[in-house]
Amino acid sequence: MIVLALEVEKQLGALTLAVRFQIAGGVTALFGPSGAGKTSLVNMIAGLLKPDRGSIVLDDITLFDAAKAVNLPPHRRRIGYVFQEGRLFPHLNVRQNLDYGRRMSGRPRDPTEFERVASLLGIFHLLHRRPRLLSGGERQRVAIGRALLMQPRLLLLDEPLASLDAGHKGEILPYLVRLRDEAAIPMVYVSHIAAEVRQIATSVVRLDDGCVAATGGLELLADAR
Amino acid sequence: MLDLSPAEWTAVELSLRIALVATAWALPFGIAIGWLLARAKFWGKTVLDGLVHLPLVLPPVVTGYLLLIWFGRKGPIGGFLYDHFGVIFAFRWTGAALASGVMGFPLLVRPIRLALEAIDRRLEDAAATLGANPLLVFVTVTLPLALPGIIAGVLLCFARALGEFGATITFVSNIPGETQTISAAIYTFLQIPDGDAAAGRLVVVAIVLSLAALIAAEWLGRRASARFHGE
Repeated sequence: MIVLALEVEKQLGALTLAVRFQIAGGVTALFGPSGAGKTSLVNMIAGLLKPDRGSIVLDDITLFDAAKAVNLPPHRRRIGYVFQEGRLFPHLNVRQNLDYGRRMSGRPRDPTEFERVASLLGIFHLLHRRPRLLSGGERQRVAIGRALLMQPRLLLLDEPLASLDAGHKGEILPYLVRLRDEAAIPMVYVSHIAAEVRQIATSVVRLDDGCVAATGGLELLADAR
Repeated sequence: MLDLSPAEWTAVELSLRIALVATAWALPFGIAIGWLLARAKFWGKTVLDGLVHLPLVLPPVVTGYLLLIWFGRKGPIGGFLYDHFGVIFAFRWTGAALASGVMGFPLLVRPIRLALEAIDRRLEDAAATLGANPLLVFVTVTLPLALPGIIAGVLLCFARALGEFGATITFVSNIPGETQTISAAIYTFLQIPDGDAAAGRLVVVAIVLSLAALIAAEWLGRRASARFHGE
């Protein structure tokens, strides 16, 4: 079953992004070197960047269609986004950060779901802290929890380990693997590091210089480091 | 020592009321203009910026005179407001509040604008992906993050409004019980023989009020920024 079908073009300075691919469930890695347009691409899926041409369809809902002048704003797309730098709200504590998506959509509290996500990510003991007082790894786990608790149709992870040192990278990956195996949410995982992708991804879209170089399984990473 | 006469109490009470009303009315406009200057791109932005800052550089008498012409009962704006809403500014305490608000406005807008410019816009993007519409993003992310700047602006505007003299006396004169603020009362007492003691008492009140406002703002500002920097 196709979850996300995407066909977009966008001029980004010197880089011409022209990408077309479809993904099913599981974890799809957007893999490619820095500057290949990976972050721009997920920003387009989230609605933070507008493509020049093309269309983006998620679960049969048109998020963007240049020809039909459809462009759903980010707050109506229900796509979870874990940013490279976490982007937790500094004026809210961890619990309020986690609750943010639920409050904005006006859904009632769901303690069971909250506890499930908080214990999955091991952040129960952090609920009353401010983001400033968290380690990099804790911050990213909270950011993942915040995106999960908005009950997204799709989860975007943009190099979620990039801001962490080697030790903390190992701290996050097992959580992501558990997430992949326990939650039924399709994910797009952006990375330029093959070792990371091998651990988490179920399929790969290889991006190079604004174009899709190849799509397939993990065998695409055979020659990559 | 601070045994104020009823007339002096009236001046103190009037000053506080005028400064509070001026600041409260100026605040929403200050946030709106601060946001426009920080975020929006439009033709005439430099002109708007200049207009906002004009009361800071014009002689207060000139500002007061312009208010008198525009906001008097027969002025273009004052006449309109009187005809449609029954609002009178000329020679009323409301006019004193208007004059104080206008004089304090540049001091209110500037810190708010700087605070809005300093906000990490990516946090607003994050809020949008979490389902917050633009208004909710503004209320739940932008405003709280700009709070230290808003508090600073409110204090400066309030302090300016509390001490305003030139524009106020030009616009609404110096009427005891209606437009005679602490500053105007001190000025009046200094014009009459044996007024020194009364003027001195009001000077003490002015110092105490200003200090209290300063301390309150400092405390509020600390609390607001402590929220970002840990418990």
